[in-house]
Amino acid sequence: MQQVMTHHEHGHDHEHDHGHEDHENLKVLGFWIFLVTDCILFATLFATYVVLMHNVAGGPTAKELFEMPGVIAETFILLTSSFTSGLATLAMHKGKTKQLIGWLVVTALLGLSFVGLEINEFVNMVKEGATISTSAFLSAFYTLVGTHGLHVSVGLFWMLALMIQLGRRGITPVTRRKVTNLSLYWHFLDVVWIFLLTVVYLLGVM
Amino acid sequence: MWENIKDFASTFFVTGDPLIYGADVSIALTMVAIVFVLTKFKKWGWLWREWLTTVDHKKIGIMYLIASLLMLFRGGVDALLMRLQLAFPNVEFLHSEHYNAIFTTHGTIMILFMAMPMMFALFNIVVPLQIGARDVAYPFLNAVSFWMFLFGAMLFNLSFVIGGSPDSGWLAYPPLSELSHSPGVGQNFYIWGIQISGIGSLATGINFLVTILKMRAPGMKLMKMPLFSWSVLSSCITIIFAFPILTVTLALLFIDRFLGAHFFTMTGGGNPMMYVNLIWMWGHPEVYIVVLPAFGIFSEIVATFSKKTIFGYKSMVFAMMVISVLSFFTWVHHFFTMGAGADVNAFFAISTMAIAIPTGVKVFNWLFTMFRGRISIKQPMLWTIAFIPCFLVGGATGVMLAVAPADYQYHNSYFLIAHFHQVLIGGVVFGYLAGIYYWWPKMFGFKLDERLGKWGFWLWNIGFYVCFMPQYALGFMGMTRRLYTYGWDMGWAPLNLVSTIGAFLMGAGFVFQVWQILYSIKHGERDTTGDPWNGRTLEWSIPSPAPLYNFAVVPQVKGADDWWLTKQARENGTAQEEKVQLEPIHMPKNSGIPFIMSACWFVAGFGFVFGWIWMAVVGMIGVALTMWARSFQYDTDYYIPVDEVKRTEASLGRAL
Repeated sequence: MQQVMTHHEHGHDHEHDHGHEDHENLKVLGFWIFLVTDCILFATLFATYVVLMHNVAGGPTAKELFEMPGVIAETFILLTSSFTSGLATLAMHKGKTKQLIGWLVVTALLGLSFVGLEINEFVNMVKEGATISTSAFLSAFYTLVGTHGLHVSVGLFWMLALMIQLGRRGITPVTRRKVTNLSLYWHFLDVVWIFLLTVVYLLGVM
Repeated sequence: MWENIKDFASTFFVTGDPLIYGADVSIALTMVAIVFVLTKFKKWGWLWREWLTTVDHKKIGIMYLIASLLMLFRGGVDALLMRLQLAFPNVEFLHSEHYNAIFTTHGTIMILFMAMPMMFALFNIVVPLQIGARDVAYPFLNAVSFWMFLFGAMLFNLSFVIGGSPDSGWLAYPPLSELSHSPGVGQNFYIWGIQISGIGSLATGINFLVTILKMRAPGMKLMKMPLFSWSVLSSCITIIFAFPILTVTLALLFIDRFLGAHFFTMTGGGNPMMYVNLIWMWGHPEVYIVVLPAFGIFSEIVATFSKKTIFGYKSMVFAMMVISVLSFFTWVHHFFTMGAGADVNAFFAISTMAIAIPTGVKVFNWLFTMFRGRISIKQPMLWTIAFIPCFLVGGATGVMLAVAPADYQYHNSYFLIAHFHQVLIGGVVFGYLAGIYYWWPKMFGFKLDERLGKWGFWLWNIGFYVCFMPQYALGFMGMTRRLYTYGWDMGWAPLNLVSTIGAFLMGAGFVFQVWQILYSIKHGERDTTGDPWNGRTLEWSIPSPAPLYNFAVVPQVKGADDWWLTKQARENGTAQEEKVQLEPIHMPKNSGIPFIMSACWFVAGFGFVFGWIWMAVVGMIGVALTMWARSFQYDTDYYIPVDEVKRTEASLGRAL
């Protein structure tokens, strides 16, 4: 059905035919389903963490390790970046390419500082002797939080590629779909972080 | 220097077993032969343009089919080696370690590298044609899925001659699969082979779910959709929920082995039972992932060869959906004996038995469809009829196993082995073979020879019962799985010998099928009509093999079994032939990126297997670069002009 199009535009001017527009929507749907699979991936990691969180094997506990000021800073930065990615989407709907790229730059910088803070947190913990091989609790901690951090980092690379494409091509149905998917992804990571904050950090220091 | 090289080679290559040297030689000869033939006939360019870069779902399906048949051969040879070892007491044909490696690879290959690709072959070949679509939702992703599967499978198979095979069972339970018990690289091959192909499977699940939800021809409401497509839909939903769990489980095991973490180790607070739970949360639904499409195939075949509409269409759909949901609530029945407690065991015993209800509904529907039908027994129908009693016995022994207290007797015995081979061979393999026979003309334009096929059929079937019925008895006599030899005093010898004979009969059946394919390429009955079986669904309304764009005109669907309705209307003279308005057809362009990206995954996987970080990094950079390159590609499709469509249709004998 999506291939149906009027005959006179055959072979060129893709941007204006319905076939293409529908195909971009299809890709957004596929991305939603990908996010479902990502949800299950994180759910599995959370389950593992919850099962193993008290198995510290004589090593440091969550209460001794976690430093909340850093975590709260990370939370604010990530939440703000979700907001700015929303502003980027709004700019896109208004057709303002420069504004769109600008807000993406802000989002990327916030994401970058989030990753930086997280790496810093990990380095400090390792310095205190809390490594991934210290206990089952720490294995689960580093894997769960690290997987989220890896997702954010991948998102940053994606954002970079997209900013270059937006600079070259402006807002087209294709770049529009890409921005939509990226912002879905970014909000999704934000939601996952809220769960991380609650299950890992707040439950840990309580 | 020379000493170093010799040292390295003796650990890098598997040495010391004449069987493996034989395999080395045959692999090398096959590779040389392939390179020679491709070079002599100047086919490298053809191979690249027509196959390695293709995004056509029909060609991808054929490649899946070839790969799965090769893997069936390899897994089958593993099975015969095991049965030779067990034919008599105290046989010294295989060492215990070699035997462990063989039963591990047999299980892994048969489920993940034979059943899964055979299923994806049929998804790819049939689903778009059956729902009146010109393509799948994401053709590029489809190619990525295939190549990731293939390179993952190759990585796994490589362990046979390089580095050593995994040997801790097909689901790699810790602590056996931990570094402490499996210090070699075999287990890493297992992890990365499955991980890479598993990502491909997950992508296929997403791809076909969206294809079925969004690409159906106009007028095809979900409740007018053919049952095979429904079975694919339910299977894909199950894939989407189950495969991420596998991804995580394998990743955690690798982190344990590679970074010294303690998820599943006995030390450091780890919990091996966590692994067993996680792997079966994927593993049990996996069984239903592979069997549901077989149910869809039987539904299509029974209707076509009985010349009747399927009995109880709605209950069929409902049954499949119920099965795909229930499949997630049964995983603990794989370890009733591990001390979960009576209440937990009772819950999982009941949820397991509950699956027999929708399955029973389906079997009755197939029987009622045949009742008073004009049945013609061609090969697809033959396998379908053989499936019913086989699955009945397998289902009944399954309910016996689901009785938690009784399971303490059967657990890990040969009774269990007999049961799951009965449901997986009787259900899945018979189903997919039936499907391959059924859709073969649609794939290649000719039928497979009946006479040779019947030889294959009877050898498979008689061989099956000769092989597995004795194993039920052996289970009751106390024989456990995974043991590599036994003494005369156990009294197991006669039944084991019978079982081995049965296995070889099945092997002979496979040989007949290969012969059948080779013979039919030349002599098989050509399909000039596109509808060799007098079919009911849309795939039979177009020529065989289908043209690149499938449908010259996208059909307007009026009801379930739409093609049958059209044929009837034509017979009655009530058909309203609308004037055909051809339009240019939107198609995706071929791309080399899926192949190159998956090759980079292979390089990365190989690096991780041997702990060569530089190689893993190179591979991962390759993956990132190919993805980046794809992101910058905007010119990814083209249009087939009307003239070309007209020419193609005319050459296929269709006037438009």
